[in-house]
Amino acid sequence: MSELKLELKEKIIEQLNLEDVSVDEIADTDPLFGEGLGLDSIDALELIVMLDKDYGIRLADPKEGRKIFESIDTMAAYITANRTN
Amino acid sequence: MGKGVAITGMGAISAIGDNVQENYDALVSGKVGISRISKIDTVHKDDIMVGEIEMTNDQLKQKLGIPKEDAVSRTALLAMLAADEAISQAGVTDINDCETGLISGTTVGGMDQSEKYYFEYLESDEHWGHINGLHAGDSTQKLADHLGLTESFASTISTACSSAANAIMLGARMIQSGQLDRVIVGGTDSLCKFTINGFKTLMILSDTHNTPFDDERKGLNLGEAAAYLVLESDEIVKRDNKKVLGYVTGYGNANDAYHQTASSENGDGAVLAMEKAFKVAGLDPSDIDYVNAHGTATPNNDLSEGRALLRTFGGNVPEFSSTKAFTGHTLAVAGGIEAVYSVLALQNNIIYPNLNFTTPMKEFTLLPQTTVKQKELRHVLSNSFGFGGNCSTLIFSKEA
Amino acid sequence: MKPVYINSVGSVSAQKTFENNEFLNEITDYNDTVIHVIDPNYKEYIPPAAARRMARGIKMSTVSSKNALTEAGIENVDAIIVGTGLGCIGDSERFVSDIIKNDEQFLTPTRFIQSSHNTVAGQIALGLGCKGHNFTFVHSAVSFESSLIDAKIMLENNEVNTVLVGGVDELVEHHVTTHRLIGHIKKKPIALKELLQSKTEGMVMGEGSHFFVLSTEKSPSTYSELVAVKTFNTLSKERVEGKIVAFLERQHLSINDIDLVILGNNGDVNYDGYYEQLSTTLFNDTPQAYYKHLSGEFDTATGFAFWLANKILKTQNIPDVVKLNAIEPSNLKTVLIYNQYRGENHSLTLIRKC
Repeated sequence: MSELKLELKEKIIEQLNLEDVSVDEIADTDPLFGEGLGLDSIDALELIVMLDKDYGIRLADPKEGRKIFESIDTMAAYITANRTN
Repeated sequence: MGKGVAITGMGAISAIGDNVQENYDALVSGKVGISRISKIDTVHKDDIMVGEIEMTNDQLKQKLGIPKEDAVSRTALLAMLAADEAISQAGVTDINDCETGLISGTTVGGMDQSEKYYFEYLESDEHWGHINGLHAGDSTQKLADHLGLTESFASTISTACSSAANAIMLGARMIQSGQLDRVIVGGTDSLCKFTINGFKTLMILSDTHNTPFDDERKGLNLGEAAAYLVLESDEIVKRDNKKVLGYVTGYGNANDAYHQTASSENGDGAVLAMEKAFKVAGLDPSDIDYVNAHGTATPNNDLSEGRALLRTFGGNVPEFSSTKAFTGHTLAVAGGIEAVYSVLALQNNIIYPNLNFTTPMKEFTLLPQTTVKQKELRHVLSNSFGFGGNCSTLIFSKEA
Repeated sequence: MKPVYINSVGSVSAQKTFENNEFLNEITDYNDTVIHVIDPNYKEYIPPAAARRMARGIKMSTVSSKNALTEAGIENVDAIIVGTGLGCIGDSERFVSDIIKNDEQFLTPTRFIQSSHNTVAGQIALGLGCKGHNFTFVHSAVSFESSLIDAKIMLENNEVNTVLVGGVDELVEHHVTTHRLIGHIKKKPIALKELLQSKTEGMVMGEGSHFFVLSTEKSPSTYSELVAVKTFNTLSKERVEGKIVAFLERQHLSINDIDLVILGNNGDVNYDGYYEQLSTTLFNDTPQAYYKHLSGEFDTATGFAFWLANKILKTQNIPDVVKLNAIEPSNLKTVLIYNQYRGENHSLTLIRKC
C-alpha cells in the first residue's frame, strides 16, 4: 500500500506538472483539492484518465471522482479495491 | 452610432436541414437531427449521439460545383453552401458593389482533414493540399474566394462556442461605425475526431439525446452546421430597395473570468453580456418576447445560464427554449444558426419548443417552453457562451 | 470620434525585446530556417501553480501583456483582444497525435482546452479578472490587424477607455515540418542578415508575442496615435500602390507625409516583389525599414512591426539594423506599415507621433 501511495504521488507530480512540489511535501492525508495541493476540476479529469490508463478503473461520472481523490489515502484505498491491472 | 443594421439574407445548413426553410420546418414540426454518427469512424460511436449533416463531402462539392479532387475541408464546404443561400436571399448580384466584408467564426477550421492526414503528410504528397487548411482563417479565405469577394475586409473569429455570435456582433459594429456597407457574418464548424475526443475528455458528452434545462441532463450532443446572415446599412437597403428580414439591435460581450472551461455558478459573464446588449439596443428586459437560450444541456451551462436569466429578468423570465435538442451543439456556429432561428421566430411569430424536458431543475423553478407557441414577437434575445469565459448576447428585432 | 493612443508596448520575440527600457541594443543573428523567441525568465512573471498547464504561447503572452500593463501603469483594462494565426498550436498538435497514436483512448483534457484558439485571451482575462469584451481573431496574416480594427472601433465610439491588444504565435515541430514540405519554409538555413538576398522560395519561420495598451486618453507613457488600419483579403501587385495612396488620402495625407515605411519583406523570392516594386516607385524617396530578418515570419509578425514603429517614434531613432535604404527622415512623425503574406491578407497600419 505504501508503495502504491508513493507511486501515486510521483504520478500526480508528473502528470499534473507540479514542478515545484516534491513527494515528501504531500502527506497521505493532505486534501488534494482546494486548500491542500490546490488541484482543480481539470486536474480531476486528468486523474480520472490516470485511473483508467494505469489501473483499469473507469469512472462514468466525474462526480464520482470527488470522494476518490480526497487524499492519497482515499485514492490508494479505492485503487487497491477496484484495480483490474 | 444609432444606425440600423438590417438583416437582408440568411443561409443555414444543419442536421435538421440543408437550407433555412428546411430548418424552420423541422423546428416547428419537431423533427430532430440527433443520431448515431455515420461519417466519422470513431471508437466512441456507440457512446455518443451527434447532429450530423447528411450530405457527404463529395455531395457538398457536387452541389457547389467544386471538383472532387480539390482540397477543401468540410468546414469550408458547409460555409459556402450556407453563405450562397444568404447572398441569394439578400439579392446581392455584385458582392463588390459597395464596401463589403466577411466575418466568419470557426473553432476547428480544417481540422476534419488535418486529423486524417496528420502522419500521412510525412509519407506522401497526396494530401498536401490540406496542410494550409489547418489555419482557421483558411476556411474564411476559401469562402471569400467562393463568393468572389476581393480587396475587402475578411476575418475570422474564434472564441469557442460564441464565435459566430461575436462575428455578428463585430459585423453590426462595423456597419454602425460606417466602416462597411454590407457584411456577411456567421460561422461554420464540421464534426471531427478532434472535438469529439476533446469534449469526451471533459466528460460532458451525453450518450443519449440531450435534454436542455432538465434536472437529469447528462451533457451535450455535438453537431455540425454553417449559418450566415447578410447585414446591410440603411443606405444600401434604401439604394437597392431591399426587403428587410429583421434588425440586429443589441449585442453584448463579456468575460466570465472564472474558469478556463466552466461557467461561473451565478452566470456573472452571461448577466453582463445581456445587460450590455440591452444598453446597446435601448431596451429593457421586459421588452424581450422570447429568449433563444444557449442551453447546451451540460450540468454546468444550464445551471449557470438559468441563474443568469433569473438575475437578468427577475421573476419575469419570458418564454425561453434551447434548440440544441434539434441540432446538437454546433460549437462556433451556435450563435449563427440560432440567429437565423431567432429571425425566423420574429418573422413567423413562433417560439420553438425546448425538446426532451421533463423534470425541472432542483435549483430553481424555471420552465422552458416545451411546445410550439404562436406569440406576437418584437424582440428576441439569443445567448451564446464559450470556453475561455466568453459570453455573448445578441438581440434581434422586427424594427430598427 | 475620439483619438486612439498606444500607451504601452510589450514584446517577447526572437530578439531580446522583453525589457522595455532597451531598444534592440544587442542583435541576435541567426543562421537557420526557423527561429525561436529569446525566453525571458518566465518564473519572474508566472507563479509555478499557474504556469504548470501553460502553453508557450500563453507564457510569452503573459510576459508581454504584463509588461504592457506595467508600462501603461494600469492593473486592468476594459477589453482584451488577441490575434493569433494558430493559437496554441503545440497543444492542438499533441492532441491530434495522441488521438491517432492511442486510438482515441486515454486522452487528457488539458491539451484540448489549451488548443482552443481563444485560450490566450481567456487566460489573460482570468489572470486579470477582466470581465470586459474579449475577442480572438484567427485570420492568418491579418489576425493582429483585425484586433487593432476591433479595438479602434470600440475606443472611438466610447464603448471602452482602455484595451489590451495583442498578437501571438508559437513555433512547433509538426507545423514546421509540414510547411517545409509545401515549400512555405526555406529548405536550407540562411544567415538572417542576408535574408533579402537569399533569392530562394519560402520564409524563415519565427514566433513571438506582442501586446499593447490602447486608450482614448494620452498618458506620460504614450508612444503614438493609431490613425488608421485597413486590410484586404486579396490585392494584385498592380493594385497595391493605388490602395496605399487612397488609404493615405482618406487621412488627408500623401506619400510625402510618410516619414518611414516599414515593409514586410521575408526573403521569399516569389512574394517579395510586392514590396520591391513599392521600394523603387511609390516609396523611392521615403525612408524604408524591414524587420523579418530579426523576428522571423509568422501570422502575427506585424505585432513586431507595430512594436518597432512605436519604439522608433518614442526614441526618435531608427536602428541601423532595420534600415532598408539610406534615406534619413528629416522628421520622424508618421509611420506606415505595409504587410502581406504569400500575396494574400494585405494590411496597412498608420501611426503618428503625438
